[in-house]
Amino acid sequence: MATHAGESLTVSAGPAVRVEGLRRSFSEAGGVLNGLDLTIGAGEFVALIGRSGSGKSTLLRALAGLDRSVAGSGVVDVPERVSVVFQDSRLLPWRRVLDNVTLGLTGSDARERGLEALSEVGLEGRDRAWPHELSGGEQQRAALARSLVRDPQLLLADEPFGALDALTRIKMHKLLEKLYAAHNPAILLVTHDVDEAIALADRVIVLVDGVVGSDIRIDLGSKRSPGDPRFASLRAQLLTELGVVEEEVA
Amino acid sequence: MATAAVEAPITGVVPGKATDERVVRRRLGPGPRVPGTLWIGPVLLLGLWFLASATGVLDPRTLSEPWVVVETAQRLIADGRLPEALATSAYRAALGLVIGVVVGLALALVSGLSRAGEALIDGPVQVKRAIPSLALMPLLILWLGIGEPMKVITIALGVLIPIYIHTHNGLRGIDSRYAELAETVGLGRGAFVRHVVLPGATPGFLLGLRFAVLNALLSLVVVEQVNATSGIGHMITLASSYGQTEIIVVGLVVYALLGLVADGIVRFTERKALAWRRTLESH
Ligand SMILES: Nc1ncnc2c1ncn2[C@@H]1O[C@H](COP(=O)(O)OP(=O)(O)OP(=O)(O)O)[C@@H](O)[C@H]1O
Ligand SMILES: [Mg+2]
Repeated sequence: MATHAGESLTVSAGPAVRVEGLRRSFSEAGGVLNGLDLTIGAGEFVALIGRSGSGKSTLLRALAGLDRSVAGSGVVDVPERVSVVFQDSRLLPWRRVLDNVTLGLTGSDARERGLEALSEVGLEGRDRAWPHELSGGEQQRAALARSLVRDPQLLLADEPFGALDALTRIKMHKLLEKLYAAHNPAILLVTHDVDEAIALADRVIVLVDGVVGSDIRIDLGSKRSPGDPRFASLRAQLLTELGVVEEEVA
Repeated sequence: MATAAVEAPITGVVPGKATDERVVRRRLGPGPRVPGTLWIGPVLLLGLWFLASATGVLDPRTLSEPWVVVETAQRLIADGRLPEALATSAYRAALGLVIGVVVGLALALVSGLSRAGEALIDGPVQVKRAIPSLALMPLLILWLGIGEPMKVITIALGVLIPIYIHTHNGLRGIDSRYAELAETVGLGRGAFVRHVVLPGATPGFLLGLRFAVLNALLSLVVVEQVNATSGIGHMITLASSYGQTEIIVVGLVVYALLGLVADGIVRFTERKALAWRRTLESH
């Protein structure tokens, strides 16, 4: 377990996430994160985009505290209750859906809270099912229920809808918006889908060369349609940031 | 098979016609489980034996007729010799099995969950694995004499190895992503073992248990024939010196039944304990 020189991992009120000078590297050749600074306010919904291999997952894992074997340094300040949603639902195949949702919960009301979370994501009545009996979208809902039942102050999601079909993904967007409104955690959503980022987030961050390349506020209100010219111009701007030439997508 | 699965009538099917005439595509898996099929092979073999004896193809001195074996079995049960021998043998096997399973499981857990444990335990177990338990018997006889402890420990040693190997294997094969998940939901060491390690290693453990049961039986046969004053093996050894093939066959049948019953119990447990799995076996 490598210790990160000069890094402090503390818990505080104030902003949900404060990252200063975060460095992570997997080899001598060069770092993946090169002194990244990032602040996420309490209850703020931030989308993180970047090219494949730009270090999005690396940043998310640093925030989740899952990268203790990776060399690096910097300040990472996250709240006490952090939940992670992975690209795969990561349900334990040998535990029924409800037991997966309440995994690690203590207290006599764990079961009740689990059932409530399941009904919140539209899986009422499936509590006794085995994970393999759920569809891909349902498994991801169960994973959402598992993260929300912990009442997180920060929800970290690494391409949670990446493996779903377009239609299911739209449904999941609606669900995530609903859950965000109800629980209001700070959210850091990693996605490769620019439209998803614009449709859901308050802010979109583009990761370039291991630092925050641009940080764009989305002021489109709650009704966001891809047909909106402002939506289109934001998309064009973000795609340019990602290095995609306009003609290619048009 | 396919017809039994029909729940609702399908539009287009002639009313009143109970069979579902969907074209069921051939599947690559073995297909759904048909109850009782496990017995077809043994019953066929039994029929052959019967036929060979009845037609005189099989000399009774080579192998007694099935009906003589049945009579002998009834006599042995009536005079209490068979129940007593069976109880002794079953107890020996069960005791050795339990000790072997507990020790093998404990070793696998310690060795699987800590590098220090692995360094201490894995090597010796692999060395032991290379020496058949039965080869250790002379040494065990020297140390423990020819009484029950020697017999039970020989059986336990034979059981320990497959339990250890397969549980350890299953444990190491658990996807590390589940360990990551356990960290993010804040599981402690104990809860991690309970929710992730043990269930994840169960398929391996149960596979090991099936080998272990057969090993226990094998060891039982050998320890009982080398030097025993009681048990099925003793009964067979005695019969052998008097040329009583019918008693030998009864003994063999009892061994076979012991093996089948034990294996059946393990398989049943497997199906119940691994209901969460979607495998060729269950679908
Ligand atoms: N465990 C690891 N060992 C070695 N290199 C790694 C490891 N994890 C990530 N990397 C490297 O770090 C870089 C950033 O990886 P990361 O997974 O953070 O990218 P990403 O932005 O999430 O990409 P994607 O959009 O494809 O998921 C990549 O070049 C990758 O090869
Ligand atoms: Mg990634």
